[in-house]
Amino acid sequence: MINGKIGKKRKAYIILMRTAMILSTALTASLVIFLLLYVLGRGLPNVTLELLTTKPSYLAGTIGILPDILNTVYIVLATLVIVIPLGVGAAIYLTEYAKNKKVVGMIEYAAETLSGIPSIIYGLVGMLLFSNNFGTSLLAGALTLVIMNLPTVMRTTQESLKTVPQSYREGAFGLGAGKWRVIRTVVIPGCVDGVVTGCILSIGRILGESAALLFTAGFAHALNDIISGLVSPGATLTVALYVYAKEEGEFEVAFAIGAILMILTLLINLSASLVQKYFAKRRNI
Amino acid sequence: MSEIMTAKDLCLWYGNTQALKNVNISMPEKSITAFIGPSGCGKSTFLKTLNRMNDLIPSVRITGEVCYKGTSIFDKSVDVNELRRDVGMVFQKPNPFPMSIYDNIAYGPRTHGTTNRVKLDEIVEQALRGAAIWDEVKDRLKKNALGLSGGQQQRLCIARALAVQPQVLLMDEPTSALDPISTSRIEELALQLKEKYTIIMVTHNMQQAVRISDNTAFFLLGELVEYGKTEKLFSQPKDKRTEDYITGRFG
Ligand SMILES: Nc1ncnc2c1ncn2[C@@H]1O[C@H](COP(=O)(O)OP(=O)(O)O)[C@@H](O)[C@H]1O
Ligand SMILES: [Mg+2]
Repeated sequence: MINGKIGKKRKAYIILMRTAMILSTALTASLVIFLLLYVLGRGLPNVTLELLTTKPSYLAGTIGILPDILNTVYIVLATLVIVIPLGVGAAIYLTEYAKNKKVVGMIEYAAETLSGIPSIIYGLVGMLLFSNNFGTSLLAGALTLVIMNLPTVMRTTQESLKTVPQSYREGAFGLGAGKWRVIRTVVIPGCVDGVVTGCILSIGRILGESAALLFTAGFAHALNDIISGLVSPGATLTVALYVYAKEEGEFEVAFAIGAILMILTLLINLSASLVQKYFAKRRNI
Repeated sequence: MSEIMTAKDLCLWYGNTQALKNVNISMPEKSITAFIGPSGCGKSTFLKTLNRMNDLIPSVRITGEVCYKGTSIFDKSVDVNELRRDVGMVFQKPNPFPMSIYDNIAYGPRTHGTTNRVKLDEIVEQALRGAAIWDEVKDRLKKNALGLSGGQQQRLCIARALAVQPQVLLMDEPTSALDPISTSRIEELALQLKEKYTIIMVTHNMQQAVRISDNTAFFLLGELVEYGKTEKLFSQPKDKRTEDYITGRFG
């Protein structure tokens, strides 16, 4: 700066901006830490072996969340079993077979938009489509979650399909391999990372979902095996948290579930980044 | 020597732009044919037409005829996968699959139905010996092929192409991404391979064409300007444009 006065003004401005940024960062960080510590601090002491391994009993007046844990596992499994083949199949079709690139672009755009829609709308649609036809059940919930997560799985798979080098396809075609063999042996192995990423994102989303499941899967805490579980109503951990806090005023249980969900979320994020590192490493051998 | 591949009045368009104009050529078997010409003149396009790799590009339109052993390769009765098995391809940039060395070589034979382990072992060894890379990789067949050097990867790709027992080997500037030592190894290899195979090679390097090819074809702006015995074409070019090109006046 030539003029000292402007220089001073500018300096003050820079210092001000820097302080503002440091403050907002500190605020964000302390909010996150506070939330974590508060939920874990109130929840973890209530996470007992009894809570984790029993079902609620009105006779004994005890609460156990084993049914909710199992329901969560069932609904995650059911959703993934349906959504992976659908999403991967759609991604393969769109990137490897579809000729009309305009339509492909429109579908990609629609998928991106779909993943931003509030989940309660999926719940409403799921209720009309599934619950009203074959009853409020984990399966109805899983099918709703399939619709919710299909765009994510499809898009992550598609993106990783696009990273499979064209030269691999050419090499395989050049040896006389047919289209399906090329896809099966060269293209699909290259998109495993996208599928895994899509699964992890979906699991995270399923764990956190409440609105869509309230409509479709219900609130029951009965202990079931996977088959009977899927055809009867049941609460997942997140829904159970809502039910215990809102309807029964059992805040200790609600916070215990909250703490468990938080730890699971951390684990999922951790595994997502580990998986990404693993595949990045494998790609650059 | 009989002709193994011929083109007659071959024209090719990418969308509305014409990339090949009335190409007429016949290439003898068990010899090396080199394609030279400035970049963008259609050498790769023509090479890829010979085993219909251009089918992968939706905008391509072709008129005219290409015959392999006297049969039109565009005929409906031709199985394009069988054609590519007979007319193999080695690309400009080495493109081994991200799998083991063994699985790379076995990919072709497995594609065409060989599953017997003993048979595959034999084919893999034969192919790697054929591409003069057996001694370098025989102790690490199970290792990932992407760990090899560029020159080794290219010889691996040649071995991979040999493993399906092709008749013709198309090579698109196979040495342009390689160092001089790897380049001369590939050139030696090409000279050995022409005992058994027909080699058609695009090269950006005129010395290379002189060193190894029997016949040379000079392309310019999608036209085959001149084609003949390599010594003849380089010592007494018939066309003014060929002369200008080989004396370095353009390109
Ligand atoms: N996939 C493609 N789509 C459209 N045009 C192409 C494509 N590939 C090549 N071309 C065009 O065709 C012409 C010939 O290209 P190419 O055969 O690659 O030349 P060379 O191998 O002799 O350098 C060039 O003008 C190039 O731009
Ligand atoms: Mg080229």
